[in-house]
Amino acid sequence: MAEVQLQGVTKRFGDLTAVEGMDLTVADGEFVVLLGPTGAGKTTTLRLVAGLEKADEGSIHIGGQDVTGAPPTVRDVSFVFQQYSLYPHLTVYDNLAFPLRSPVRRVPEEQIRQRVTEIAEMLRIPGKLANKATQLSGGEMQRVAIGRALVRAPQIYLMDEPLSSLDAKLRAEMRVELKRIQKELGATLLYVTHDQIEAMTMANRIGVIDHGRLIQVGAPRTIYEEPDNVYVATRLGQPAINLIPRDLLPAGSLPAAAATIGARTEHIRIRKADTGSAQGRVQWIEHLGDQNHLHVTVGERKITTLVEPDSPLEVDDQVTLELINPLYFDSAGARVRA
Amino acid sequence: MSAASAHSVVESKPWTRHLAGGVVILYALITILPLVWILMTSFKTPPDSISYPPKVIFEPSLEGYVNLFTTRTRQTPEYMASLPPPENWVERLVRDRNMVIAGPSKFGERFLNSVIIGFGSTFLSVFLGTLAAYAFSRFKVPLKDDLMFFILSTRMMPPIAVAIPIFLMYRTLGLSDTHLGMILLYTAVNVSLAVWLLKGFIDEIPREYEEAALIDGYTRLQAFVKVVLPQAATGIAATAIFCLIFAWNEYAFALLLTSGTAQTAPPFIPTIIGEGGLDWPAVAAGATLFLIPIVVFTIVLRKHLLRGITFGAVRK
Repeated sequence: MAEVQLQGVTKRFGDLTAVEGMDLTVADGEFVVLLGPTGAGKTTTLRLVAGLEKADEGSIHIGGQDVTGAPPTVRDVSFVFQQYSLYPHLTVYDNLAFPLRSPVRRVPEEQIRQRVTEIAEMLRIPGKLANKATQLSGGEMQRVAIGRALVRAPQIYLMDEPLSSLDAKLRAEMRVELKRIQKELGATLLYVTHDQIEAMTMANRIGVIDHGRLIQVGAPRTIYEEPDNVYVATRLGQPAINLIPRDLLPAGSLPAAAATIGARTEHIRIRKADTGSAQGRVQWIEHLGDQNHLHVTVGERKITTLVEPDSPLEVDDQVTLELINPLYFDSAGARVRA
Repeated sequence: MSAASAHSVVESKPWTRHLAGGVVILYALITILPLVWILMTSFKTPPDSISYPPKVIFEPSLEGYVNLFTTRTRQTPEYMASLPPPENWVERLVRDRNMVIAGPSKFGERFLNSVIIGFGSTFLSVFLGTLAAYAFSRFKVPLKDDLMFFILSTRMMPPIAVAIPIFLMYRTLGLSDTHLGMILLYTAVNVSLAVWLLKGFIDEIPREYEEAALIDGYTRLQAFVKVVLPQAATGIAATAIFCLIFAWNEYAFALLLTSGTAQTAPPFIPTIIGEGGLDWPAVAAGATLFLIPIVVFTIVLRKHLLRGITFGAVRK
């Protein structure tokens, strides 16, 4: 395992700039998640680190060595692709053994068997080794794909939305498992996703990325609680942060530059209105079981927040809303600290 | 598509299926009939083969096959009487026609030429075609579309249209009537088909497989051999069959450019005309034997072919 460093990395495809001036360091043993929407440049960043794409500008160092122009073979990284990760003409065993049988490694067959068995047990698929790769369920395939990466100890593991093709239950299980495995191995891992839960639960640090630019990097809590701008604030939080104009609700003393107030559900205190003091009306309640999503209209605006399942509020109730330490953003979307 | 969905767009109604089946059977009968005719003729005696009305029920004879593989001379009855008794059934069969075996015919050689030239050019076409198709599919080739069009354009006229220039060229280069010359010629004709077919197949194979192999420490060539080739097997098999069928059946160039050492079976078979009349059973025997390799080759590769002729339309 090693430290990976990107400095001012830019990658263009024709007129499109996929990654722009990316500065990112993944420390040895660190789990870094790049979070962003489709087309933000997450996958390109991974491919640049792997050497599948050549950077137009900037440099990439792996373990202190400049690999900016090096081919993938010599970079000693492993990659979990979003899809098409297994060779359909090989068995699960051969798929897992494939990276070890590379001519640059020359691992003896006995050692390969040992390692493959170990990995199969770690991923709980020991009974499937003789299967053809195409005879697995989606979840098993994905585990084998992750196993193919874990079977050797590269400088860094690169994972491109490895859980996106799984169903919700399996995804939750795999999140925990992947984090456990990463901790056990002390692995350096750069992971790409658009799923905020994956980012929040697994990352040591999250890098929020948009239009090829790294917007903010930090620990999950920092990213969540102290976003630098509106974009980062909207990436995290479920239900999403409410962005409301400064005059909509009484919020005490606002910073002068604040144009927009970002109110997450924990920033909103909601009460049934006394007569005449109502600001909003409950429009709709989504019952999720453990909690309720409350959709409130304030004038023309809609605000979504959470309430306890035993909340007495009902549809068409008049409510008052109070903001407690919300986030403030200026007219350009940058954070204004109170 | 459950059985309950009677009006499914995908599942056809029983009567359309019966109709389709009927059309296929009719078509099969029409195409198979000449083959059955040739097969039957090859087992007839020469008189039976030209009898009118044609004999459907007849006593099978191997005379056609014997005549195919031998050259014979007609002898006087006195000479025939002076001979010792025939050593085997072949000799007996020939002597019944007042002839003796003078030696083996050239059919074996010609057949072997067909095998060498047919499979040689097929291998070369598919080999070159696969590499070219891979390059066109994966790399930035300057003027890629123009080059692909150029490759296709070589098939826009019948190959025989260039027979005279090729004849002159081959005579100058000393390639006339050589195995190498014929292999190169058939490869030149087939390689454009091979490139186009195989490019379609290779385009269908996701790049991620090779990229995974590159990251796992394999070179581009190793990734190609270990990952791309096994997955392109279907396309390669289908392409090989198309190439072989062309090279195997080609008549015009073979007639023009080969006469001796490299002559293939197609121009040779019509020359099997026996002493005193047209030896149709021998010709039919030659045609029958000539069919066998291509039938075997197709059967061996048929599980690939069936999927292959959909031209990669079905995702694996």
